[in-house]
Amino acid sequence: MAAIATPHTRTSNYLNADYSWRSWLLTLDHKRIGILYIVSITFFFFLGGLFATLVRLELLTPPADLFAGTTYNKLFSMHGIIMVFFFLVPSIPATLGNFLLPLMIGARDLAFPRLNLASWYVLMLGGVFMILAMIGGGVDTGWTFYTPFSTTFSNTNVFYAALAIFIAGFSSIFTGINFIVTVHKMRAPGMTWFRLPLFVWSMYATSLIMVLGTPVLAITLVLVALERILGIGIFDPSIGGDAVLFQHLFWFYSHPAVYIMVLPGMAVVSEVIAAFARRPIFGYKFVAFSSLAIAIIGFLVWGHHMFVSSQSMYASLVFSLLSYLVAIPSAIKVFNWTATLYKGSIRWQTPMLYAMGFLGLFVIGGLTGLFLAALPVDVHVHDTYFVVAHFHYIMVGGTIMAYLGGIHYWWPKISGRMYSEWLGKLSAVVIFLGFNLTFFPQFIAGYMGMPRRYAAYVPEFQVLNVLSTAGASILAVGYLMPLVYLLWSLRYGPLAPPNPWEATGLEWETSSPPPPHNFAKTPVVTRGPYAYTPEDVHTFVPQGELRG
Amino acid sequence: MAEHTLRAGHVAAHFDDAEQQFDAARLGMWTFLATEVLFFGGLFLVYAIYRAAYPEAFAEGSHHLHLVLGAVNTGVLLCSSLSMALAVRAAQTNQRRQLILFLILTILFGAAFLGVKAYEYYEKYHDHLMPLLGLPFVWEGPHADQVRLFYGLYFAMTGFHALHMVIGIGVLLGLLVLSWRGWFSSEYYTPVEMVGLYWHFVDIVWVFLYPLLYLIHGA
Ligand code: HEM
Ligand SMILES: [Cu+2]
Repeated sequence: MAAIATPHTRTSNYLNADYSWRSWLLTLDHKRIGILYIVSITFFFFLGGLFATLVRLELLTPPADLFAGTTYNKLFSMHGIIMVFFFLVPSIPATLGNFLLPLMIGARDLAFPRLNLASWYVLMLGGVFMILAMIGGGVDTGWTFYTPFSTTFSNTNVFYAALAIFIAGFSSIFTGINFIVTVHKMRAPGMTWFRLPLFVWSMYATSLIMVLGTPVLAITLVLVALERILGIGIFDPSIGGDAVLFQHLFWFYSHPAVYIMVLPGMAVVSEVIAAFARRPIFGYKFVAFSSLAIAIIGFLVWGHHMFVSSQSMYASLVFSLLSYLVAIPSAIKVFNWTATLYKGSIRWQTPMLYAMGFLGLFVIGGLTGLFLAALPVDVHVHDTYFVVAHFHYIMVGGTIMAYLGGIHYWWPKISGRMYSEWLGKLSAVVIFLGFNLTFFPQFIAGYMGMPRRYAAYVPEFQVLNVLSTAGASILAVGYLMPLVYLLWSLRYGPLAPPNPWEATGLEWETSSPPPPHNFAKTPVVTRGPYAYTPEDVHTFVPQGELRG
Repeated sequence: MAEHTLRAGHVAAHFDDAEQQFDAARLGMWTFLATEVLFFGGLFLVYAIYRAAYPEAFAEGSHHLHLVLGAVNTGVLLCSSLSMALAVRAAQTNQRRQLILFLILTILFGAAFLGVKAYEYYEKYHDHLMPLLGLPFVWEGPHADQVRLFYGLYFAMTGFHALHMVIGIGVLLGLLVLSWRGWFSSEYYTPVEMVGLYWHFVDIVWVFLYPLLYLIHGA
């Protein structure tokens, strides 16, 4: 059992080491870069949220009275583009991943600190182009940029938006490369592959997808941009090009990309569940390998987005079958988490509430994915609000729940401060309720036939839409709460001890916040990551020792 | 913990030793090249699909590419790969003058390639075979539209390849300056080796592009 000291004076740490602007904007410390990401993607999140608010306001009444036509199309397009490419994709890997990966494996930094800083600047540059596209009048193609609309007919800023995403893509490629090399080459003595925390396994799998998928999206968007600017005609049916080819290339990235968004969520949940159920994760190796399986099989199922795109029926059947396959590793994870919870001595603190929220929403989202993977059902609900609800359950419900859970779990480590446990729990509950009120009605509306991406709808759907908009306002309050009390805690929160949750990972063995080089002495790892004892909730064995 | 020094070793503070640092750099470069393979892979896939769909049009379009110039350029690039390999060797064996010489040679070969490429582009522009920027595309034979598609792909693929060469030359120029200042030695030559890997990769892409674009007459 480790002694838990409460420091009253602060020794030098990565936050107070230097206060100048330069020391932040030119920092090579992965922890500071993680903070830069937190600040910037929080901005993108609320920017994307603003567009969502406008969409929901328009949908309050059946006619297209507030926004119509192209304006409405621009609203949901900007919402989707910002949320997917500038918030969800970078969210957990770039913030928590950056901050934690070296700490968890006992390294002093990521393998390539300059590349790491560069990837933040690259993302910001992409953001600038995206904002240019926005100020210049927006984009109306949807986040999917389907051709030939995006190449030929849309007269909006598709070029700038495609460029923005192309550039942002390099940010995730760089991050992926950095993580892969770091996991391979920078582990502390004794940190074998099967002693890696599950968070690290998930980050590794996520990085593989980033590295193998993003370039394909990049070239696809470049072709769209070239087609608009130069007119080379690859997706242009009028000279024999194939517009559906775009969809194949796009979804070859974008289906795996949904796992770029959800695998990191699973990473957080594995850590939180073990620490708050006070038990080792049931079937550690299964959970680790299921991440890799998801990463690999995820590349084989893109065609389930194209069941109604003129793709051959046989292709559709194969894609449908493969889609069921990819559900298996996800189910393995859910099963193992549940088994871990079973007979655990659960502490219901804020991070745990968020993790449970993730589980609930992820299961609903995943199960409806199976509905969609069934050919006939998909033909019925394709491009309806059923699909909208499905992916929001997983990406917004799942990923953001996990992201916030992770932020709460590691907040003491990141900031050196504790927050109000009461407000934390309240925010988790408000978000969970608000979320379900927002998106569950959309399953029903979609199943009844309400199509997505229209500003007007038949009056029958109004009740469901009013519910949804009401839920969205509650959700918005829920998301604002952590922003307020976490910022508050930075100044007024009690100082955090090194290991407030009595957890086992290496990151808890260094002070909160950690010193610039992470550990006073290089840790030596002597055992696997989750040595908790459910009988005595205060008993746990740290993963390593700090030796000279 | 090794200090960060400019010469001798160059081990950054977060690495334990030079070997770990070198291994990390090499794995990073290979991973980056994997992303490059997928980037070009997308283009090759698009090419393969249209070539299978319009074999005659592609063969006809290919006729108007300058076979000899393409062959010359292939030779030039292979020479540049050789001189790059020799540059790495020179760095490993502490021969600074040779290192500088071979880097300059590599840059010259690269520039020659780009010069020839520019001339070919000019030719296509002159013959109205440049389906870009709304320029007129004039094709006397049948399948005019599909030939246009071929030329669209030709410019996209060779254009990206050329862009990679330009970047490569820029990086080589940087290496040249550092070599001049005596940064590299048998103790520390990681950047030279990494740039070498990149340069060879770009050459290999051309080795695929040349037959796919220039040599498909028989079809
Ligand atoms: C685990 C994380 C998952 C995420 C983040 C996710 C995300 C998404 C997204 C974003 C879309 C909408 C794309 C659009 O804008 O058109 C979508 C659609 C779809 N998803 Fe998922 N999904 C997940 C899991 C699954 C699973 C496990 C399956 C099947 C077993 C599945 C099957 C489908 C199908 C078939 C569609 C297409 C529906 C249509 O457009 O008709 N999803 N998903
Ligand atoms: Cu999918």
